[in-house]
Amino acid sequence: MTVIQEFEKHPLAKYLRAERFPHIWCEGCGDGIILHCFVKALDDLAVDIDKFVVVSGIGCIGRAAGYVKCDSFHTTHGRPIALATGIKLANPKLTVAVLSGDGDLFAIGGNHFIHAARRNVDLTVICSNNFNYGMTGGQSGPTTPLDSYTTTTPYGNIEHPFNLVHLAAAAGSVYVARWTVLHVRRLAESIKKALRKKGFKFIEVISPCPEIYGRRNKLGKAIDIMKLYRQISEIRHGYDPAKAEITREKIVVGEFIDIEKPTYGELLQKQFIKIQQKLSEG
Amino acid sequence: MVSQREVLTGKHLMQGDVACAEGAIAAGCKFFAGYPITPATEIAERMARRMIEVNGMFVQMEDELASMAAIIGASWAGAKAMTATSGPGFSLMQENIGLAVMTETPCVVVNVMRGAPSTGQPTEGAQQDVMQSKWGSHGDYSIIALAPASVQEMFDLTIECFNLAETYRAPTFLLADGFTGHLWERVVIPSPEEIKIVERKKPVVSPDKYMPFKPDEDLVPPMACFGEGYCVHVTGLTHDELGYPKTTDPKVQHKLVNRLCEKMRKNANRIVRTYESMLEDAEVAVIAYGIPSRASLNAVKKARESGIKAGLLRLVTVWPFPEKQIEELATRVNAIVVPEMNCGQIVREVERVAKETPVHLLSKIGGELHSPSEIFEAIRRAAGI
Amino acid sequence: MSASRLLTPVVKRKKLADVEWNVIEDFCKGCSFCIEFCPVDALEESDRLNAKGVHPPKLKSEDACIGCGLCETLCPDFAIYLEKKEGKGDKE
Ligand SMILES: Cc1ncc(C[n+]2csc(CCOP(=O)(O)OP(=O)(O)O)c2C)c(N)n1
Ligand code: SF4
Ligand code: SF4
Ligand code: SF4
Ligand SMILES: [Mg+2]
Repeated sequence: MTVIQEFEKHPLAKYLRAERFPHIWCEGCGDGIILHCFVKALDDLAVDIDKFVVVSGIGCIGRAAGYVKCDSFHTTHGRPIALATGIKLANPKLTVAVLSGDGDLFAIGGNHFIHAARRNVDLTVICSNNFNYGMTGGQSGPTTPLDSYTTTTPYGNIEHPFNLVHLAAAAGSVYVARWTVLHVRRLAESIKKALRKKGFKFIEVISPCPEIYGRRNKLGKAIDIMKLYRQISEIRHGYDPAKAEITREKIVVGEFIDIEKPTYGELLQKQFIKIQQKLSEG
Repeated sequence: MVSQREVLTGKHLMQGDVACAEGAIAAGCKFFAGYPITPATEIAERMARRMIEVNGMFVQMEDELASMAAIIGASWAGAKAMTATSGPGFSLMQENIGLAVMTETPCVVVNVMRGAPSTGQPTEGAQQDVMQSKWGSHGDYSIIALAPASVQEMFDLTIECFNLAETYRAPTFLLADGFTGHLWERVVIPSPEEIKIVERKKPVVSPDKYMPFKPDEDLVPPMACFGEGYCVHVTGLTHDELGYPKTTDPKVQHKLVNRLCEKMRKNANRIVRTYESMLEDAEVAVIAYGIPSRASLNAVKKARESGIKAGLLRLVTVWPFPEKQIEELATRVNAIVVPEMNCGQIVREVERVAKETPVHLLSKIGGELHSPSEIFEAIRRAAGI
Repeated sequence: MSASRLLTPVVKRKKLADVEWNVIEDFCKGCSFCIEFCPVDALEESDRLNAKGVHPPKLKSEDACIGCGLCETLCPDFAIYLEKKEGKGDKE
């Protein structure tokens, strides 16, 4: 039996392009866990995989689109949400999820994020926040904590990081949650909830990049980072996302926002019916 | 296929930008994403009114990077898709134009050119983005660009752009200019039956046998869209015929990129369209595209009246460059005049192809059109009179 | 409530599911998440070296695993999977 044949016995392998495994991510990289929780959510929900699309940007986590066994698009850096918007609006029957990185979604692609959230386009956006640009060798990004070391902040970071959940909430997301990759069950449940809900949903996943960010900031091995998550994360559902901080001592996780608001598609549909009626009346 | 509401059959007095929007709708465009910019805004405004009437989708995006990304997504979701912009927006679109090339995504990009560089002359027409259309995104590739010279052609060539985009699976440009975009002229819109519409080639094999980027003999792979059960992976990375990234294998890059270039070269005969006037016995040829072709035709007539054997070759297709036609023409004439509204762009291509035959540029920038007498003078000088 | 309580399921020795625990040894990159976070401490490094040069995990004893499934989901490399054991007895 080849390794791939063996892998095909894995209950989630049917959602993955098995022939492309093992994946490229480093030892202990959180991206594998995010992908795992994601396909687990697909499995639990028994989604119609022929009508499901995964879109990602460029970065380590961006490779996720190439591992999921469904229609998928690995776009340009920063543009997955804009491209996903085109997919969803052109064919509302498709369920569209975006998996991408902190740099991709909030630096180069920040504008698309806030506007898709504002429009309330029906998308589920999952961000692997590893506090740096993993793929390009560990530069600082929009979530890099103050004083952290990266290749472009060799004397320590002097830029204030974004609080992604606060940003997402302020921009209008109908569902906002944050987990670490250690919270596998809650993360998978959260993804399921987001996929079932309509509108712009955002899940931030704190994810170790042991190979680069971890090494440079002396966080130890992947397992040490995971132990740190266990030690310092605090679940606070319904907490004000503005106050849901990430510090060296504390990571506030949980579901922060869960509201209802008409989606872009729903409002468009209403308008469409009105216009068509008017037209048929002559 | 298309209904009365989609094709406004009849005679209209219409603005160029509006005719472009109507051409798109007649071609079956069902998705428009854009961002306002002079002198292309009227296209978006028309689409905002009309798309909903024809069961299509209009969305105003946050910028042109998003607009271009959105039409790529929409195209993969199965819709004929278009965006419209002008120079500054066209520059912002370049990276994703490359993505559309690499992922072989049919889509139409209208560039209503205005004075440039930078913010330049928003309200003045120009032809300064001709080379950017060809080479604007990084890397080697080929695209198709058509240059309308009238409001009627804003309608007709937009349809043709869609047909070519769908046939060759490539981003296709309508390279219009601010003058034509804002011009009001009579347009005849034919009945739906008279409009030739091309639909994209679909796979004929089952999903398990389908290779999304394996071309047919015409070098174009059949396209399965999202939601059709073919489980397609699309990436801007260098990919094999299955669509999977293969970024370090020289053979894969070689094969893919050469095919993307060859796709247009091999099919150039079917793509390229030019119009000839009075060229049979011509000694001086004017080669023009877009709005200067109108003054050029008058100038050529004037030259004939004064005894100079002049003729006009009008390029409807700017890219792929009509090399064969011009190469052949150059062997027959003594001189070539190229009027264009830039500092000399297409003239370089003409020179390359014309070899020994002298080529004279008649450059014009700033927002004024070439006058027929200016072009006539250039013809006269070229004829050595 | 303390965070660690929430993250690590309360240790119940009782079997949650009757499963066969499997590891695809050559997929394992040796992060040891599975070993560290198993609620019943059922796993340990094996002596074998895989193609990547790491020691994949193994069960400490045949019935150590209670089938909670945590290690399966937590493995970043999809190296662990649980298979439901067929309820043979019931059928016979
Ligand atoms: C336009 C553009 N600029 C820069 C890059 C180089 N680049 C690739 S990935 C990346 C950063 C990715 O960071 P993030 O989104 O956080 O993903 P990660 O690798 O950390 O998972 C950059 C800057 C690019 N591909 N395209
Ligand atoms: S560089 Fe960091 S983020 Fe990228 S695969 Fe390695 S550990 Fe993961
Ligand atoms: S979690 Fe997976 S990769 Fe890590 S040690 Fe266990 S089996 Fe190996
Ligand atoms: S499934 Fe994994 S984590 Fe759960 S008890 Fe068994 S070995 Fe431990
Ligand atoms: Mg990152």
